[in-house]
Amino acid sequence: MSKPRVATVWLAGCSGCHMSFLDLDEWLIDLAQAVDLVYSPIADVKDFPDDVDVTLVEGAVANADNLELLLQLRERSKIVVAFGDCAVHGNVSAMRNPLGDPGELVAEAYRDAVTSLHGHLPDPENGIVPALLPRVMPAHEVVRVDAYLPGCPPSADRIRTAVEALLAGTSPELAPSQRRFG
Amino acid sequence: MAGVNLKIDGVEIEAPVGENLMQAATRAGVRVPGLCQLDGLSVVGACRLCMVEIAGTPRPRPACATPVGESMDVHTDTPRLREHRRVLLEMLFAEGQHICAACVASGACELQNLAAELGVDHVNFTPPPTRLEMDLSHPRFGYDPSRCVLCTRCVRACAEVEGAFTWGVAGRGRETHLVADLGVPWGEAESCTSCGKCVSACPVGALFEKGTSVGERRVTRALVSTLTARRDRESHREVLK
Ligand code: SF4
Ligand code: SF4
Ligand code: SF4
Ligand code: FES
Repeated sequence: MSKPRVATVWLAGCSGCHMSFLDLDEWLIDLAQAVDLVYSPIADVKDFPDDVDVTLVEGAVANADNLELLLQLRERSKIVVAFGDCAVHGNVSAMRNPLGDPGELVAEAYRDAVTSLHGHLPDPENGIVPALLPRVMPAHEVVRVDAYLPGCPPSADRIRTAVEALLAGTSPELAPSQRRFG
Repeated sequence: MAGVNLKIDGVEIEAPVGENLMQAATRAGVRVPGLCQLDGLSVVGACRLCMVEIAGTPRPRPACATPVGESMDVHTDTPRLREHRRVLLEMLFAEGQHICAACVASGACELQNLAAELGVDHVNFTPPPTRLEMDLSHPRFGYDPSRCVLCTRCVRACAEVEGAFTWGVAGRGRETHLVADLGVPWGEAESCTSCGKCVSACPVGALFEKGTSVGERRVTRALVSTLTARRDRESHREVLK
């Protein structure tokens, strides 16, 4: 039997969930033997592949690239996991939502602020930086999500509980202490 | 004292007349989730998380506001109740701006704990597009209406324990919020003695001590219950004298 194909993606998050993933320490060695990691910020793969069994999604959907990748990975993955609070409910990444127009926010932070170095912004039209969406969304607002892994970040033991269950073909049963937001 | 016999989740217990189902359940070792109820304060039955089913009654009833009755057969944890509580919790999250990872109460928050306990691992509703303004005018405390679940524990603690009657509730729908005195900033409310009882009673991170940061709120909710228990004991002693 071929190994399960696993992917992890990093949308609008701080990478803390991936850092927590790396906190799995020695178990990562077992995991590496049990699965094929076919796409991840820690692997040098350009395009999201086909036929992925389990995809962990860190981060909320904040810009056009996030949106495109999430739609694509949903098409190509059997199981999609909202990995961490930003993917689960927007969290810190969505704190900008009540502040209104993202264009104004970016101008305030990167152009008009006294600490701004360049005094101008990259033009989203030229494709160098992706355009921000008007509102940051959790993953399940955009695509179907099969399992939720809350936490900011989810601790290594939560990740292990969830991943072990998914690889065994069952849905993760997190204990109450393992599913607290924050 | 006159008593009744009833069954809670199959456990047969005796309860004094006048006790409510929440208290009886607690004595029977059955936990009924709740948010607005706090020992020592009057009962308002506002949050509806403590709903229980009573055999022979068509609709669920709030345990904290329902007196015990002879031969009641109470169920606190049916699939229907679990679903009801989950939806209620999701609505509470979605009515405000709850970002636990950036909240003073994280780790000491009853809403956060209830979500974990009852299996709310995501929220199916979208929070409001705007944030209500914080009141940071008090020298020692702050109020963030976007984290307030409108349980009115603070209102009752201030009125019933401190006797200051500073807090009230104003506005409608998503704009509902607390007001100090007749709608002045908290720091200008002359009735406030700065005792902090409201802050202690708050189940979430809506009321907080200034100078505390993410996750630094301490759990001091028993303070109000302890004070009222001592007060009741003292007045009992007075009567005996
Ligand atoms: S009040 Fe409680 S539920 Fe709301 S953000 Fe703070 S810790 Fe989370
Ligand atoms: S600090 Fe004390 S007096 Fe002031 S509002 Fe809170 S409970 Fe009332
Ligand atoms: S401030 Fe806290 S105690 Fe007061 S109503 Fe809001 S949530 Fe309840
Ligand atoms: S605890 Fe009973 S209604 Fe809130």
